[in-house]
Amino acid sequence: MTRFLFRRLLFALVLVVAVSSAALLLTRLSPGDVATQLGPFAPSAEVVRERARFDLDRSVASQWVLWVSRAARFEFGQSFLYNRPVGGLIRQATANTALLAVIALTLATLTGIPLGIFTGSRRGGLLPRLVTGASLVCLSMPPLLTSLLLVFVAARTGWLPTGGMTSVAAVDVTWSRWVADVAWHLPLPALALALPIAATFERLQSQAIADVVRQPFILSAVARGVPHRRLVVRHAWRASLRSICAVYGLAIGTLLSGSFVVEYIAAWPGLGRLMYEALRARDIYLVAGCAAMGGMVLTLGGVLADVLLVAADPRVREGVVR
Amino acid sequence: MRRAGQWMLALVVVATVAAPWLAPNAPDDRFPDLLYAPPTVPHLSAQGVQIYPLRLVSRLERRFADDRDHPSAVHWLRNGRLVSADAPLLLLGADAYGRDILARLLYGARVTLALAVLATMVAMLIGGVLGGVAGYAGGWLDELLSRTSDFVLVLPVMYVVLALRAVMPLVLPAPAVFALLAVIFALVGWPAIARGVRGIVASEREREYVIAGRALGAGAGRVLIRHVLPAAFGHLFTQGTLLLPAFIVAEATISYVGLGFPDSVPTWGTMLQDATTGTMIADAPWMLAPAAAIFVVVLGVNLAVQGHGRAPVQLEE
Repeated sequence: MTRFLFRRLLFALVLVVAVSSAALLLTRLSPGDVATQLGPFAPSAEVVRERARFDLDRSVASQWVLWVSRAARFEFGQSFLYNRPVGGLIRQATANTALLAVIALTLATLTGIPLGIFTGSRRGGLLPRLVTGASLVCLSMPPLLTSLLLVFVAARTGWLPTGGMTSVAAVDVTWSRWVADVAWHLPLPALALALPIAATFERLQSQAIADVVRQPFILSAVARGVPHRRLVVRHAWRASLRSICAVYGLAIGTLLSGSFVVEYIAAWPGLGRLMYEALRARDIYLVAGCAAMGGMVLTLGGVLADVLLVAADPRVREGVVR
Repeated sequence: MRRAGQWMLALVVVATVAAPWLAPNAPDDRFPDLLYAPPTVPHLSAQGVQIYPLRLVSRLERRFADDRDHPSAVHWLRNGRLVSADAPLLLLGADAYGRDILARLLYGARVTLALAVLATMVAMLIGGVLGGVAGYAGGWLDELLSRTSDFVLVLPVMYVVLALRAVMPLVLPAPAVFALLAVIFALVGWPAIARGVRGIVASEREREYVIAGRALGAGAGRVLIRHVLPAAFGHLFTQGTLLLPAFIVAEATISYVGLGFPDSVPTWGTMLQDATTGTMIADAPWMLAPAAAIFVVVLGVNLAVQGHGRAPVQLEE
């Protein structure tokens, strides 16, 4: 177990360092830097000063060494786009994205898994067919399409705000009013992100249950007279959990990927939007910081999926498989 | 259901190939008085199919009215086009520059689909070769290639594509964008294919026919390419069909956020750029036509590959 944890941590460290270093180097080597932000008429002395402020006067290697040594002390440099320390910006954006992702994942789990159990454990029938059809439709709508569709519905009906995390009026309001305002803006992006994932969960759970049901131990349970509901939930579902948990680790990546376009369309101030702005402006330390954060979130997702797997499958716990 | 998916895809391919014949207008033709014009509705009358030309009522409010006094006949098979009319025939409405959305959709399919198909083929080639080599050679080469593909696989695809695209010059001519996006897509796409191919090749390597081939004096390259890799073709094509819609969506996303093709090139992504604000989408929903097209292709692929492999056996009640 310790060896496994050690390898896991090592991989996490390698991932975070590699991803953020690659982001730093790519941004450094890309055409344009802080001078572009100053405009073509900035005096050369100012350009030199600003370049020095962001260590762009150093060689690529020495800038990287400097950045890594600072990052080890949790100093991630300044963003020139926002003129603020990168750490605070990223913390805020990550919190916003996490809120969106957690709500979306919860929504997807609460709808996709039960529906998958339902369709997977039944043969034929109108309702399972309808659910399967609906999930095939949702599966064919990536977040780009769901967010455009939901924005269209929201703008037509006026049921929900079409973008942003808070209303323009919601400055200096009481804490409870602010929470209510955010909760009012949350359903659209969360739903846009959740729909395709819920459909994926439904299809996978359905397939997993259908696979388990063929196995002899289910037949023996049927022969012993175990009632249908108990058979599905206690026997079949538990045995199918293994393949579902494995998907949860990948779901984090899907959530991150999907949240970018949702944040862009619904103007949600999250990590994806921040990274996009930083990349466009060549805001070097902000790009590297965002990449490091993304790497950390990904490893966290992988670890969570493994913990779930261990909790769900006694065979993994006992070290029989894996 | 599979048949339905195959029909949908076939329809899209035919429409793409026949774009110049199917489109009533050229994709770059502008109708300056018809910015954001709604779709033209054909009417059936005694003189055949007719359309009423749109009259601009208020430019500010973008309000239009049917000019019922001057109906215009719809001509079939004239000037090398399936349908055309003397008045602007905008079957899916007009965009922000007054260009025919249907024509742009058809021509845009050529760019978007060509890019996705090319990137898929390159990804299949790289994934097939690297996966085959890793599985057949084993040892440190296998370890290196497998670790690399595992590493790329855990990264969120959209961010990698975004980052790789964004660090290149932001404004590029269309052919450069096409090549760049194809390379980027292939780079993020190959590991998904290589992993499966590696697994199949690694298990096939132990089979008798491979040993027999080697005993007969066939070289590693010949055994791999002629005898072992064909076993992985099924997997290769299934994975390829899954990458294709992902690349279509990726092109649309990248162009939508302004890092893809220049606005003058019609693609499904650049067309969606007009649909950025809620009011715009609500007032001119026909601008979401490319989104509907993407949906059709992705659904077609999902239906066509559905049930590929094992058929689900379900619980008897």
